[in-house]
This record gives sequence, structure tokens and C-alpha cells, in this order.
Amino acid sequence: MQGLDFSVVIPYTDLLLTGAWWTAVLTVSAAALSFVFGIAFAVAVLYAPAIVAYPVRLFMWVFMGTPLLLQLFLIYFGLVQVGIDIPALAAGIVGLGLHFAVYNADVIRAGIVAVDPGQTEGARSIGFGKWQALRYVVIPQAVRNTAPPIASNMIALLKESSIVSVIGIAELVHSAQLAISETFRPFEFYITAAALYYILNLALEAGLRRFERHVEISR
Amino acid sequence: MDFSLIQRVFPFFLEAALVTLEITVLALILGLFAAALAAAARLSRSATARALGTAYVSLFRGTPCLIQLFVLYFGGPQIGINLEPFSAGVIGLGLNIGAYMAESIRGAVIAVDKGQTEAARSIGFSRLQTLRKVVLPQAARLMIRPLGVNTVALLKGSALVSTISVVELTYTAQRFIGSTYKPFEIFGVAALLYMVMVYAVARIVDLLDRRFAIV
Repeated sequence: MQGLDFSVVIPYTDLLLTGAWWTAVLTVSAAALSFVFGIAFAVAVLYAPAIVAYPVRLFMWVFMGTPLLLQLFLIYFGLVQVGIDIPALAAGIVGLGLHFAVYNADVIRAGIVAVDPGQTEGARSIGFGKWQALRYVVIPQAVRNTAPPIASNMIALLKESSIVSVIGIAELVHSAQLAISETFRPFEFYITAAALYYILNLALEAGLRRFERHVEISR
Repeated sequence: MDFSLIQRVFPFFLEAALVTLEITVLALILGLFAAALAAAARLSRSATARALGTAYVSLFRGTPCLIQLFVLYFGGPQIGINLEPFSAGVIGLGLNIGAYMAESIRGAVIAVDKGQTEAARSIGFSRLQTLRKVVLPQAARLMIRPLGVNTVALLKGSALVSTISVVELTYTAQRFIGSTYKPFEIFGVAALLYMVMVYAVARIVDLLDRRFAIV
């Protein structure tokens, strides 16, 4: 048992902050992907012909029933087996993005169903096409009404992004591991990494709250 | 698809799935205890208890479960805590899910109409009697679904303990990848077993929720 000494962290400040920066980049990229695909999956499940809707439903069912860690392994190592060699960072963003797209789609689908049918009828009667009514009238309302659960999915995404360290992406956990391999001080570095996650989490929550308020006022 | 490979590795995977289940059940028990305590603390009249409960929930929900496991397993020895991978996994997962479950429990208690407490108090029930005989029986029904969602998350999250070398389903899959180089078959089998467990738990939660629903 050795005494704790948090000053060992100081020389590694740059490394850890760079890791935190990449965690933020990963989170924002995967969040954008999960939002776009979340809407696409929801629309596919509700409106696409069976040949598209059923595979999407199967995909969602599989992704909701298995751990993210396993999905990342499958995307990263599985694609290599079929000869597609994608960089770890891309695999991480795609894996995280698709995982949370499925959860967003579940929420957005319910949001679309909950929009008053009169909205579609109204849009159609003033000459909007089916697709236009969906795109300009129904989806904006559905997304607005489901902003809180989507926001909580994004907060989960930030924390789950730590898992991509296992496929070797140089984010915050990975930076901490690198420092630990030189200093043999896991406690100090993992606590510091936890503190950085906590700060990122607070920042994200504040940002999402502002966004939610903005969405509310503009209605 | 190499089906003979799947046939050969399947018994090992079944055994590993049992370990995943075992970890999940043990962590669930620990988590429920921690959650009940934290929820009680957050709802109590003592400011110190409220602060402690809030700190626990906020710290464990504000940082990744993976980091919590690493602090406990790799950092533990530095502060005199030496744990086997399995116990570190159960304790780490249990404390993590406990923070989420505390919020599920607290949410359910708060959701019980205030008039119920006022009525019980006005006919002479003490605070404790009101809680035990009036509020908790109603809150219990409202907890089933959120706690069920937490349990499904715990089951899937248990894959994380593979990173501290607990030999469960995900760890076993990784080991077989190393020796066979067949990610689709190996991860496919593991995914299938996870899905069986996840959707079984979801179904049980559904049945419980319907059984105790107020019609």
C-alpha cells in the first residue's frame, strides 16, 4: 500500500486534456449520427415498405438486446474479417452512433405517432405532399416533444463513449491508461479522469438544458 | 458461417452466460440495497442525509461505469482494497446501478399523490406509518417498470466487467476470437445469448407490471 499523491497527475495534464477533447469530439460526432439515423430509423419503421421496415426493426431489436461493448467488437473486428479495414476512430463513432440511434428512434417513433393527425391533414389540405408534411410539419413537432428523453440519451452517450477505449481510440480513458503504464498510479489517474468526465457531463447537461428551453420557447 | 465451430464453442458460451447472469443477480441485490438507502436518504428530513444521498447519486451517475470499475479494481490496492475480479465487478456494477435505481425509487415515491400522505396524517398516522402503510404500497407498483429498465441496463452493462478480466460472456467471446479469428460466428453466438437473457428479463418485468397494475 502506497500513499496517494495526486501531484503525479500534473505532468500529464496535456495528455489528459487531449483525451478529454477527443472524448468530446467522439460524443458530438456520435450524437449527430445517432440523431440523424434515429429519425431515419423511426420514419423507416413507420412509413417504409415492409422490405425496408422489417430489416430496420430487426436491427433495432438486436441492438437493444445486446451490450454496446459487443457491438463495438463486432463492428471493429467483424469488418476486418470481411476485408473492410476501417480506422478505430471511425468504428467507434459508427458503433456509438448506431447504438444510440436505435434508442433515439424508439423515442422519436413514439413522438411521431403522438403528433395530432390533424397536423398532417392540415398540411395535406394546403397542398403539402406526403413527404413534405412529414418533413416540415410532423417530424419537427415529434423531435420537439421528445427533446427530454433524447437529451438523456445524449448524456448516456457521453459516459458510454468511455467504452471505445477498448478498441484503442485515444480518448480520455485511453490517455489515463497511457499515463498509468508509465507511473503505476491507477487510483490518481482514474479519479482524475472521472473528475474530467463529471465536468464534461455538467457542461453537456447545461448545453442540453439551453437547447430544450430554446425549443420550448420557439413553439 | 462455420456451424461446426458454433457447435463446438456453444457449451463454453452457455457456462459463460451463467456467470453473466450470476454477476447481474448479485449486483442487482447490492444495487437495490444501495438504492433503497440512497432514496431514503434523499427523502429524509436530515440535511446531512440528503446531501450524502445526493452526492452518491450525482457522482455515480455523472461518471462512466467503466471508470468506476477501474478505480475499484486497479486503484483499490493503493488504498488497501484488494478484490478479486469477480467481487470487484459485482460491487462496481452494483454501486453504479444503485445510483440509477435510487432515482427510480425516489421518482415513484414522489409520484404518489400528496393528498394520500395528508389524508393519512390527518387521521392520526405517524410519518413512518404513513410511509409504510400508505405511500410505499402505492409507490411499489410505480417502481416496477423503471427498476426493470435499470435491470436490463445492468444485464447489458455487465459486459464491462470483461475489461477487468472476469470470465463472463463477453470475455469468453473475446478469448475465442483470439484463437479462431471468426468474429461473426463468435460474437453472433454471444449476441444471441445476451438477447435471450435481455428479452426474458424484459418479459418478466412486463408480466410483473401487469400483475400489479391498478386497473
